Amino acid sequence: MAAIAERVGAQPKAHAQGYLMSWLTTADHKRIGIMYLLASTLFFVVGGLEALMIRIQLSHPGNTFVSPTLYDQLFTMHGTTMIFLAVMPLFIGFINCIVPLQIGARDVAFPRMNALSLWLFVLGGILLNSSWFLGGAPNAGWFNYAPISLTPFNPGPGIDFYDIGLQLAGIGTLMTGINFIATIINMRAPGMSLMRMPLFTWTTFVTSVLILFAFPPFTVNLFLLMFDRLMGANFFNIAKGGNVLLWQHLFWIFGHPEVYILILPAFGIISEVIATFSRKTLFGYDSMVLATIAIGFLAFTVWVHHMFVDGFGPYVNSLFAITTMAIAVPTGVKIFNWIFTMWGGKIKFTTAMLFATGFIPLFVIGGISGVMLAMAPADFQYNDSYFVVAHLHYVLIGGSLMGVLAGAYYWFPKITGRLLNETLGKWHFWLLMIGFNVTFFPMHFLGLLGMPRRVATYSAALGPAVAFWNLVSTIGAFILAISFLFFFYNLFKTLRSGERAGPDPWDGRALEWAISSPAPVYNFAQTPLIRGRDAWWVEKTEGDGRLRAAEAESADGQHHGIHMPSGSIYPFLIALGLMIAGYGAIFGLLLLVAIGLVLAFFSIHRMIVAEDPGEIVEPVGGDGE
Amino acid sequence: MINQGVEPAGPGPVSPEQAKAQDNRVLGFWIFLSGECAFFASLIGTYLSLNTHTAGATTLVSLIDLPLTGLMTLSLLTSSLTMVFAFLAMNRGELQAMKVWLWVTALLGAVFLDLQIFEFSHYMASGFTMGTSAAASAFFALVGFHGLHVAFGLFWIISLLSYSFKDGITAANTSKVWIAGLYWHFVDVVWVIIFTVVYLLPKVH
Repeated sequence: MAAIAERVGAQPKAHAQGYLMSWLTTADHKRIGIMYLLASTLFFVVGGLEALMIRIQLSHPGNTFVSPTLYDQLFTMHGTTMIFLAVMPLFIGFINCIVPLQIGARDVAFPRMNALSLWLFVLGGILLNSSWFLGGAPNAGWFNYAPISLTPFNPGPGIDFYDIGLQLAGIGTLMTGINFIATIINMRAPGMSLMRMPLFTWTTFVTSVLILFAFPPFTVNLFLLMFDRLMGANFFNIAKGGNVLLWQHLFWIFGHPEVYILILPAFGIISEVIATFSRKTLFGYDSMVLATIAIGFLAFTVWVHHMFVDGFGPYVNSLFAITTMAIAVPTGVKIFNWIFTMWGGKIKFTTAMLFATGFIPLFVIGGISGVMLAMAPADFQYNDSYFVVAHLHYVLIGGSLMGVLAGAYYWFPKITGRLLNETLGKWHFWLLMIGFNVTFFPMHFLGLLGMPRRVATYSAALGPAVAFWNLVSTIGAFILAISFLFFFYNLFKTLRSGERAGPDPWDGRALEWAISSPAPVYNFAQTPLIRGRDAWWVEKTEGDGRLRAAEAESADGQHHGIHMPSGSIYPFLIALGLMIAGYGAIFGLLLLVAIGLVLAFFSIHRMIVAEDPGEIVEPVGGDGE
Repeated sequence: MINQGVEPAGPGPVSPEQAKAQDNRVLGFWIFLSGECAFFASLIGTYLSLNTHTAGATTLVSLIDLPLTGLMTLSLLTSSLTMVFAFLAMNRGELQAMKVWLWVTALLGAVFLDLQIFEFSHYMASGFTMGTSAAASAFFALVGFHGLHVAFGLFWIISLLSYSFKDGITAANTSKVWIAGLYWHFVDVVWVIIFTVVYLLPKVH
């Protein structure tokens, strides 16, 4: 972290406390974003190692590399970690680092709540992963269906770790959603009208709205499960009138929007990267915005397609099949717009652009298998088979993760001031493309051959084809893992001795490229005046290559200090208190619950009554640069 | 923008950044409340899907005491009115009056909570607990979460009152009172729905 800290403009303030404290108390969106990226990369590595263990186990029939008990924990933690602790917070990291810059803001609307979101995510993730050492990890799949998640079938603490860990992280995510809706509505620089916002900002906005309405049902669901497990309630206990489908409904009312929360920011990143490296404005901007909103709306209308085999009958299933297929329309609009953006452009295949173009075919494959799954009668065949595993990895790796990586290569210089090595980047890309397809394309065949998901092993009697494709898939997984070694080596090497990036290494279009890399703590010395879509490109091509200031300089011609929100330790303490209370609830230690809640509520009280005097920061340099 | 009604009588915002922060706070709070709507919608949906699943055990409708819950409703709705009075006092810049009305609001909230604790303990003593049936679990989850919201509102109002208001009513602290008030009204509105759905309709039928 030290190496990164030196690179970011967000150094500890002059009078500040120790180095560690300055990170624990920071409210700077750029430092919070960096911590999001670091923590979620760490969780990503953990989730990846779990995936490798799964693939080793499945490499040949009847393997005993891991026990079935451990296997259940591995696939559950792999999915839960990748979705909640890796991919989503990776996007939130980029959103934090970039969106305030793209709209010309000083910071987010609620800087200290932003810190609270971060710490809830980090501590919730640690709590969830600590289950490995404290009685066993959760083992009921990432969607944790009742009744297998109930005490009679799952007496260990694993499910409680799932429940409370995700509750903490989820509340953090909810606050991120609120924060970025308010930020994007209220904090835009003058002239940055809604239809001038960069696509990444737009997708962040719609993602935030999805978070706002999708996470509360999940929160409720987790509470209901917690009551069933810890307080003897009967929401899912059929003997006392409970209904296990209730979990499924509430879970997927959250869970389906969640997968769009995982893909919309990637759409935004791809739009930025493709436009920049084609040196063209995004084709069909208006339709891109409308498609994003349409996807966000439809996301809430399709959840029963995860429950086709529950037996709701042909009418219900048809309805949800139709809404599901409808999502292919706005998604297709986006795909064509990206292709048309490249059409006739001066394309420059940097690593970021490679990932963005690689995204398109992979995501289309995932989309096609998605439409196949949307056909309710056919889904009875695919359901719970490896075909679904293939589909979801094509959209989550071929879609979301490719977006994350395109964003990583694209914005790394803006975040750290250094350019990632392009040669290593290209190794990463090609190995990933090969490894990914070798791993996951055979899973389509495996699914159609009848291999069920979430079973620790398979019989040789399923035939040589099943054994063969499983072995191929495992080999692919290792190629995929090796590709990431190139990436991590690249990160390490670049932070130590990477080429310095100027403010605008890619000849970018959006506002973040108008200021130094890394961005100074106050972002823009003067709030910029936005004069068009692709705000920075407009200034470079039609203006004099500098941002105009939105306000006239003060009469004496001097710059005055910039008012910045001050940091606070209380967000961290609130999250810590809730984490302690969470451990107390899991192990039935009421004293620990009380201590944690007292710490949390004391800190909340301090935040309610605190005056935020802020601090004055003197800009260096001067103009918009 | 949304808090047009509240023109602070005290000194104006110190800096544009501070004015922005207050604007954000009110907007952010409305956004939060829409998330809360999804939260309570999920709980109410859960209740409606399970309220007939009594597993042959004690039912809620056999225990409901409408005068008691009516009194609870009365105290909570009145507390919304006194919260409005607190706002009005704030708009006139009358610090003492505002504080008094906030105390009255907190008191009425405490009366509501006290009656709810009495109600719950009465039910539990009559053999209607979280473990009785799915319907009972759904009842305690919905009404209990609402009660927790009232309790948090109480904690919030008292936190505000413990805040010194040393510079009187200022632009910086009006938005703090304003969002606490928004929250309080929201919790009241949710109670109106709960009272109708959980208590009134089953009793009338």
